[in-house]
Amino acid sequence: MTLAEVFDVLLFRAGFNTAVVLAGAAMLGAGAGLIGVFVLLRRRALVSDAISHATLPGVALGFLAAVGLGLDGRNLPILLVGAASTGILGILAVQWIRDRTRLPEDAAIGTVLSVFFGAGIVLLSHIQTLAVGGQAGLDTFLIGQAAAMSRADALLIGGAAALVVLIALAAFKEFALVCFDPDFAGAGGWRVGRIDLVMLALLLAVVVIGLKTVGLILIIALVIVPPVAARFWTERLNRMALAAALFGAASGYLGAAASALLPRLPAGGVIVLVAGALFVVSLLFAPARGVLAGAVRRLRFRMAIARRQGLLAVAGGEAIADPIARLVLRRNGLIDRQDRPTESGRTAAAAARREQRLWRRYRADYPTDAIADREWSLAPIDAVLPADLVAELERRVAAS
Amino acid sequence: MLTTPQPSATTAAAPLAEADRPLSVRGLTVAYHHKPVLWDVDYSAPAGGPIAIVGPNGAGKSTFIRAVLGLVPRLSGEVRVFGRPVERQRRAIGYVPQRSSVDWDFPASALDVVAMGLYGRIGWLRPVRNRHREQALAHLDQVGMAEFAGRQIGQLSGGQQQRVFLARALAQDARLYFMDEPFAGVDAATERAIAKVLAELDRQGRTVVCVHHDLQTAPDYFRHVLLLNGRVVAAGPMETTFTVANLQVAYGGLLAAELAATAATA
Repeated sequence: MTLAEVFDVLLFRAGFNTAVVLAGAAMLGAGAGLIGVFVLLRRRALVSDAISHATLPGVALGFLAAVGLGLDGRNLPILLVGAASTGILGILAVQWIRDRTRLPEDAAIGTVLSVFFGAGIVLLSHIQTLAVGGQAGLDTFLIGQAAAMSRADALLIGGAAALVVLIALAAFKEFALVCFDPDFAGAGGWRVGRIDLVMLALLLAVVVIGLKTVGLILIIALVIVPPVAARFWTERLNRMALAAALFGAASGYLGAAASALLPRLPAGGVIVLVAGALFVVSLLFAPARGVLAGAVRRLRFRMAIARRQGLLAVAGGEAIADPIARLVLRRNGLIDRQDRPTESGRTAAAAARREQRLWRRYRADYPTDAIADREWSLAPIDAVLPADLVAELERRVAAS
Repeated sequence: MLTTPQPSATTAAAPLAEADRPLSVRGLTVAYHHKPVLWDVDYSAPAGGPIAIVGPNGAGKSTFIRAVLGLVPRLSGEVRVFGRPVERQRRAIGYVPQRSSVDWDFPASALDVVAMGLYGRIGWLRPVRNRHREQALAHLDQVGMAEFAGRQIGQLSGGQQQRVFLARALAQDARLYFMDEPFAGVDAATERAIAKVLAELDRQGRTVVCVHHDLQTAPDYFRHVLLLNGRVVAAGPMETTFTVANLQVAYGGLLAAELAATAATA
């Protein structure tokens, strides 16, 4: 494999078939990431795991039905209808157990998931013993196989995924409302149950059409990982949805490309690895909520506190006890090597002292406002309070 | 139980036409699993003046509101709002749920949440437009929160979050409001903002039914009271209903001295 071959695949130049498969996988990833945002925010991540595992017996039954009808057992539409049917049965079983017994939902999910999956495995083993052709392709539903996809299959998958994206965008506001505050939605007359049902249907659609590409074990990852990664980048739902769709699309696209270049590589695994890499990068480096950004913010805060304490000590003519404060003041040229304040150090210390006195006066004289307005922690008082109020506080401090 | 009090008259002196009566509940019974929480609640809310729902913990105050709104199933009972079944009056109703009922880490700004109050009028599948955002901003301003419009809701203080919920309810532009403990655990500035909104809603002729925990302040903010403890203990105007005898029955004789002091100053 040469670099040129890699670029040919990535740039949709490796034949029409490969291009269609890549586009289909990218659209599937976008749909999965987008609906995944709502699945995550509605706390339905585990339910989607139950759905995906519950599709396996349906795939096997679909195969048997197709063979019974005299068709090719690998007829994708029939297999997907079968998968969707048992997927729905799985959801209904979880909901029935949750509503009719005192079992918690996670216990219901664990039970349903494993029983349906077990049934699927038994049926698949049975199919392997039958004297019909086509069984060999069935195990790709477990771990996915993008390269083996036909053009018609890829168009079906991409088209259905595009439909999922359109519906999710149309109902964006309703989904957001139900995810954030279902009680408020219900009180306002929105049919929360029906909106949930549409969300669940879209999730089921993504899981079913993703079976062939990603496989049922890993499709859950394509639904959950992109939105989780996207959450690190933003505090806004629409941006989170956009990022999740892009992350999902990139995962599907790169995974399918890898599978096209190295046909023995399982597409599902590669797709999820790409999503996982995006997650790790987001977790570490995202500026909004990433680990590194958080550490930097904490460090800055710690240094600002140390600087303030050090300057207050200087203003009071005391020794600076905190070694970090000494370090910060020295680095800023506010004290010399013998810890004696420099000219600029004395100015800064006087300013810190003034800040402290004014804030204290403010908190003593306007206690309720001070509590309501907690923004003051380290901000300069002139920037937070109006000038006339600061001047009044100055007078009171001077008078006391 | 000390005495069996006479429930006060549930309505003001002048009888109201059915269509003018903000809320009318008959025979409401609610249970969680097999444990009844509310029994045979009959209540008719008068128009004019905010109404406090008062009672001890576990008295079913929140459940009353949630059952009226259809958020928990009613085992029996009929709820009418302005003379029609509550299900057909959704647009006339505004709701301020308990602050703890949602996840404040949700990716949304204060403005986004207030705009949710407009969704009902925006309608199915239609997007939120700039004029809706401007309306939402005006409602944030009503509760003194305009400068926090772009802030992620998790980075607001508890009182500020409560004011966001209040602004969202104002955006609903309702004739009848249900509020679940809006005064619980808020700072002084928020308490002032909520009190101002209650007075403003009253002035506009809108009815507020509000679960209220603080017996000290109940007479300051509300004109009528519904005393609950699994059933209706008493209901009526604050002056005649918020009495030591009624409170003692509602609270089962607990805190009798404290209640007496409260009622005496009311």
